[in-house]
Amino acid sequence: MSYIIDRRLNSKNKSTVNRQRFLKRYRKQIRKSVSDAVNQRNIKEMEQGESITIPKKDISEPIFGHGSGGRRTIVHPGNKEFAEGDRLPRPEGGEGGGSGEGQASDSGEGMDDFVFQISQSEFLEFMFEDLALPNMIKRQLSSSDSFSYHQAGISEVGNPNQMNLVRTMRSAQARRIALGGKKRKKRRALRLQLESLIEPLSDTQQQQKMEIEEEIALLTKQLNALPFIDDFDLKYNLKVKIPKPSPQAVMFCIMDVSGSMTQDIKNTAKRFFFLLYIFLQRNYGKIDVVFIRHHTQASEVDEETFFYDRETGGTVVSSALEMISEIIEERYPPEQWNIYTAQASDGDNWPNDQVKCHQLMTQKILPFVQYFTYIEIGGQQPQELWHLYQNIQKDFSNNFATSRVEDNADIYPVFRELFKKRANHES
Amino acid sequence: MSLKKSIKRQPLSTQSEWTFELLEIYDREIARIAKDKFKLDTYPNQIEVIRSDQMMDAYSSVGMPINYNHWSFGKSFLSTEQNYQRGRMGLAYEIVINSSPCISYLMEENTMTMQALVIAHACYGHNSFFKGNYLFKTWTDAEGIIDYLQFARTYIAQCEERHGVEEVEKLLDSCHSLSNYGVDRYKRPNPVSAIQEQKYQQERENYIQQHINDIWRTLPAQQQNQSSIEEPRFPAEAEENLLYFIEKNAPHLQTWQREIVRIVRKISQYFYPQKQTQVMNEGWATFWHYTLLHQLYDEGLVTDGFMLEFLASHTSVVAQPDFDSPYFSGINPYALGFAMMQDIRRICENPTEEDKEWFPDIAGSNWLDTLHDAMKNYRDESFILQFLSPKIIRDFHLFLVEDDDTADTIGINAIHNKRGYQKIREHLAQQYNLGYREPDIQVYDVDLKGDRRLTLQHIMHDRKPLSDTASEVVKHLHRLWGYTVVLNSVDDNGIIKKSFRCS
Repeated sequence: MSYIIDRRLNSKNKSTVNRQRFLKRYRKQIRKSVSDAVNQRNIKEMEQGESITIPKKDISEPIFGHGSGGRRTIVHPGNKEFAEGDRLPRPEGGEGGGSGEGQASDSGEGMDDFVFQISQSEFLEFMFEDLALPNMIKRQLSSSDSFSYHQAGISEVGNPNQMNLVRTMRSAQARRIALGGKKRKKRRALRLQLESLIEPLSDTQQQQKMEIEEEIALLTKQLNALPFIDDFDLKYNLKVKIPKPSPQAVMFCIMDVSGSMTQDIKNTAKRFFFLLYIFLQRNYGKIDVVFIRHHTQASEVDEETFFYDRETGGTVVSSALEMISEIIEERYPPEQWNIYTAQASDGDNWPNDQVKCHQLMTQKILPFVQYFTYIEIGGQQPQELWHLYQNIQKDFSNNFATSRVEDNADIYPVFRELFKKRANHES
Repeated sequence: MSLKKSIKRQPLSTQSEWTFELLEIYDREIARIAKDKFKLDTYPNQIEVIRSDQMMDAYSSVGMPINYNHWSFGKSFLSTEQNYQRGRMGLAYEIVINSSPCISYLMEENTMTMQALVIAHACYGHNSFFKGNYLFKTWTDAEGIIDYLQFARTYIAQCEERHGVEEVEKLLDSCHSLSNYGVDRYKRPNPVSAIQEQKYQQERENYIQQHINDIWRTLPAQQQNQSSIEEPRFPAEAEENLLYFIEKNAPHLQTWQREIVRIVRKISQYFYPQKQTQVMNEGWATFWHYTLLHQLYDEGLVTDGFMLEFLASHTSVVAQPDFDSPYFSGINPYALGFAMMQDIRRICENPTEEDKEWFPDIAGSNWLDTLHDAMKNYRDESFILQFLSPKIIRDFHLFLVEDDDTADTIGINAIHNKRGYQKIREHLAQQYNLGYREPDIQVYDVDLKGDRRLTLQHIMHDRKPLSDTASEVVKHLHRLWGYTVVLNSVDDNGIIKKSFRCS
């Protein structure tokens, strides 16, 4: 006798827990793989999943086994030219006698590495683990559409799907008891009376019996007429909409696109911004991002143009800084918004512009922003802007961070460093 | 195969799509032939149709429908998934579980032909092997295993809640690394049973604690005077079941930890017969899907197309690549097993002079009885020793290589000729002897009155040393034991060749 069962609709991913545990256990190695991948990928592929490689020795579950050495014999199939008594040179790799296990490596990747895929969301999770925008505070509840629903007692009106069955039934029962109690009591008494009449009956008794029966029938009818459930029995769970306090934040991305920025440097800068961009997108649903690029003039552009368009020209950093402060004034009042700024440049600036930059930074920008990060790209000596910013940083060490980046490989570590979660860091 | 189709019947199906009705019809027909004609005695079948991702889930939890959670199962899931997605491996047609009812998984993607093959292979081949073979009969309890795994899963989940996932994971890591040494090789264990386990768990907790306190009771005072007399060793006889020894004697394990050691040990014991009967089990199942489906064909119940598809698949399953082929990965148990089963039938039905000389008992006997008898009373090692015929050795071109590290070259000790048959047979049989394949390691002594040091002995065979992983395993052992652990590799003369130590 056989039973055939269709299990195809059973839940998926029975191994999820085990998979999670595995990922957790090898967090360190996976993070390293992720960081390598981030460094090597081009921008467009940045968000994809990744195949993770972990050295087999890190991951092996040790058991007792035989090592090489000693005397061993093994039977193999497929003899072609060997005769009894032949002596052969020992094959490379010590596989001569074989271990007697005859087990091929199950990974097919050879015995060195364990390779597996992680999904895009897992990849991003590892990528941005432990990162956060620093100094974020709840400036003002955003008027946006984020609400949460909270239980707030019981109501008489509501949607059918919100009905509180227990309360409804309880109230219906209470009503039935209240309305029918007297009649039921009376009926009980009448029934007793009816039983006390003992056959044979006299005429009066017969008459009396009929009357009682009639009355019982009437009472029963009335009792049955009590509705099992009535409109005012219905009770609903009351949910109230409470606006979710979510911080408002805006991120300014400033990139130098002047002639001194070589294509390599620009690519590195874009990489930095792209990381930042997916980081923001992923972690903060409600964040405005403003892209500003500048040479001698600054312009606000959309994301596409920012990442993929080319331009050249001289360098006047203050143009961009001025633009930021204007935009802040116009659209993002600092008392309502958390403001973040990230700037990437090769450090070049028109020397006469330095004073203006200093002014703008110290008076119009840094006092109002949550956090300002600057990366200078390229292996050369620190440039004008670097020296200027180093000066400023002394006074604004809390919300101003600078870092030097040589090439693509430095971006991810620097990025992590700049946006590391900080404990107890109040602005 | 004879092609007499005297009663030409309508084929059961002509399409490659399967339906649940067709599965039932095929199962009924195959069951009829298996039971009536070939006397296959099986547990009831539970056939479950699943998706490929569910198959991967099943793979990674060693085929069991439920199991406790552990990262290593996640690891095997990831590697299965990876290989499958890259097309490096097809999933097996089936997984079958030694339980009653016997659960077999069919993959949704299979064609009707493949489903029929799997039903014949798993539901009647493997199933009858599980029910008939002496190892499975004596060492496992098919009725109880699912319940026991459920118990284990719940218990371990509770421990995780109480003591933290990490604590439990560490313990399981250590147990897993010793799970090959958590079996009784010769003693017959009690079959696992969930209800009984639960019932006795409390009693056991109390008893164990008391028992352990006995061993570790404070030392007697006159110890010094007796120092010249040889102390009796503890355990008095070397213990091969390391996990059992740990469970009963480790000084510092808490009761829940002992219970988990026990769970790993019990599950390991459950799989022990499977490890010892790979060739036979697969050979038997393959032989029967081959024979049963041919019988269906002879009765006119399946089409020529069905047979072609089936034979194509069957042929690739029983292919044996040569040792120098890039596809070679040891002897294919399906190939060897199937060839030997077919060969036994041949020896019974059409014995040659050679067969009569080598197999006087079975040459010319009733093949079905002989085959059933072989299935019931042997395991791989003894099966090969008994039934590997010169013909198979010739067909496979088997040869025996000797690799001795004291010589510069390796030697061919025997090939498929008259002088070689017996040698090859013996050595191939030994290759399937777990006791020979796995290093022989036993608990040798515990320093009861001193520093509680645990000493194990590895008895070297043919001077074969332990692999480097041994030092890692000794660390795991140390975690369980709590005091210094020493493992000595000892040669034939009792001289310690190498020592692993963790303190």
